[in-house]
Amino acid sequence: MIGALTLPGMPWPLPWPFDRSYMQLALVAGVIVGATAPLIGVFLVQKGMSLMGDGIGHVAVAGIGASLLMGTSPTWTALVVAIAAALLIEFLRSRGSATGDLALALVFYGGIAAGVVLASRSATNTNLQPYLFGSILTATANDVWTIVALGAGIAVAMAVAGRALFAVVLDEDSARVSGIPARALNALLAVLTAVTVVAAMRIVGVLLVAALMVLPVATSRMLARSFRGTLVLAVAVGVCSAVLGLVAARQWALAAGGAIVLVAAALFALASIVAGARRAGAQADSILSGPH
Amino acid sequence: MRIMLTSEPAGAGPVPALAAHGIAFSYGREPVLDGVDLAVHAGEFAALAGPNGSGKSTLLRILLGLLTPTSGRVEIFGQAPSDLRERWRVGYVPQRPRIAPDLPATVEEVVAAGRLSKQGWWRRQHAVDRAAIDHAIESVALADQRTKRLSELSGGQQQRALIAKALVAEPRLLILDEPIAGVDVESQRLFRDSLVHLVREHDTAILLVSHELGAVADDLDHVLVLKRSIVFDGPPGDLAATGVSLGVHQEDLPLWLEELR
Repeated sequence: MIGALTLPGMPWPLPWPFDRSYMQLALVAGVIVGATAPLIGVFLVQKGMSLMGDGIGHVAVAGIGASLLMGTSPTWTALVVAIAAALLIEFLRSRGSATGDLALALVFYGGIAAGVVLASRSATNTNLQPYLFGSILTATANDVWTIVALGAGIAVAMAVAGRALFAVVLDEDSARVSGIPARALNALLAVLTAVTVVAAMRIVGVLLVAALMVLPVATSRMLARSFRGTLVLAVAVGVCSAVLGLVAARQWALAAGGAIVLVAAALFALASIVAGARRAGAQADSILSGPH
Repeated sequence: MRIMLTSEPAGAGPVPALAAHGIAFSYGREPVLDGVDLAVHAGEFAALAGPNGSGKSTLLRILLGLLTPTSGRVEIFGQAPSDLRERWRVGYVPQRPRIAPDLPATVEEVVAAGRLSKQGWWRRQHAVDRAAIDHAIESVALADQRTKRLSELSGGQQQRALIAKALVAEPRLLILDEPIAGVDVESQRLFRDSLVHLVREHDTAILLVSHELGAVADDLDHVLVLKRSIVFDGPPGDLAATGVSLGVHQEDLPLWLEELR
């Protein structure tokens, strides 16, 4: 797809390292993905499905492979395949059969293998690498518009269904008894996971998508007291990781996707230290204020 | 005040809040429930007891519409659970261990989740919802703990938060699963007071599924003892008179049954 190389008014008057148009495109895409991936991740982590994003990322590779072979848009083909796989996985999970785990493995590895085979059959020069590891610094305005659209879809869905999804992760049976459509909401979460994976594909790559869905959430769960606080902090950590990762990538000429995830990991380590110090402080307080 | 439903047939008694007719269920070829009949009416405080493995948990899931019986039918306010409109009329208090211990959520957030059935799950809270949430939290004496993380509370306080979550939608039928297990005496007293208040002042129908009924034994209108089918259905006093010849082993008996003997 050929389109404008920049967004309107670019280059915007931003300071280094975001003074160039390609960095500004990366910034917009990075901020959106940094915000939406943890937003979905909060619910996945609470449901014990931290690796769902990773699995769907594997399947998205099949979509990329198919698009290279058929000459269709990689993003939209990957989106269709990822959503179909997410719904299949949710169906297998909801049946709760003992073979569910193996069925997931079959879907995930079948997906990535199909992607590699399909890509090897394609006649184009494009390979899978930008999608496996991300290629944010080569993102075009069209890529960024797609990410904006997918991000807006996720934000709207969460604004409408977020409260009910919280009730489902709190206790699914109670939610169903009270008339909340838990099965439909679980399917919605699966679809949103697929949308997030595809949106993040150009930024951090399908192999690192799950890290942005999980690491900021792990960080915020240690520090926040409320669910709302966990959501807000996870989004903040995700956005910070994206921005700082891009700064590091520009400064030291690093792979941006990997740099973003390493920043998220470093923030997690920092939060562990803060949470540990806080616990130690609370223990000391309770000893000092205890019975004399 | 008794709630009279428009679907009530002429000449019959009031439609029960909860009724089961000839419920049977089996896991594979193993029968768990057989011919279970029961009814709980508005303003009635009923308990369902029975030894371990008597089918209590299975029956509870069937009554809530979470499990389809092999045969028989459940009616909630005269309707099949799947057809029931105004789902807020049914409140459910799950067993406390069902709630993830690591969930980062405050008491207020947990209680607010219970309000969704009445406010509409896709809608924002309005003033009336916030007032109901405040009232439910106060009614279980957790006002000082409302911004605390659920996992920071004692077991009894957590149980009270789950009761507030069920009460906040102002249900007409309340079903509680083992709500007294491992709860401190103060919480048991608060728990008993709030249930008795609901039955006497709001005409709520309550079905308490539990081993431990000591805290409420004096307030029950009606006891059902389950052992694959309902083997006793009547006031607690009559149960004592039967000498509990229910064919269950001494060690399986609920504690309160032993007290009644």
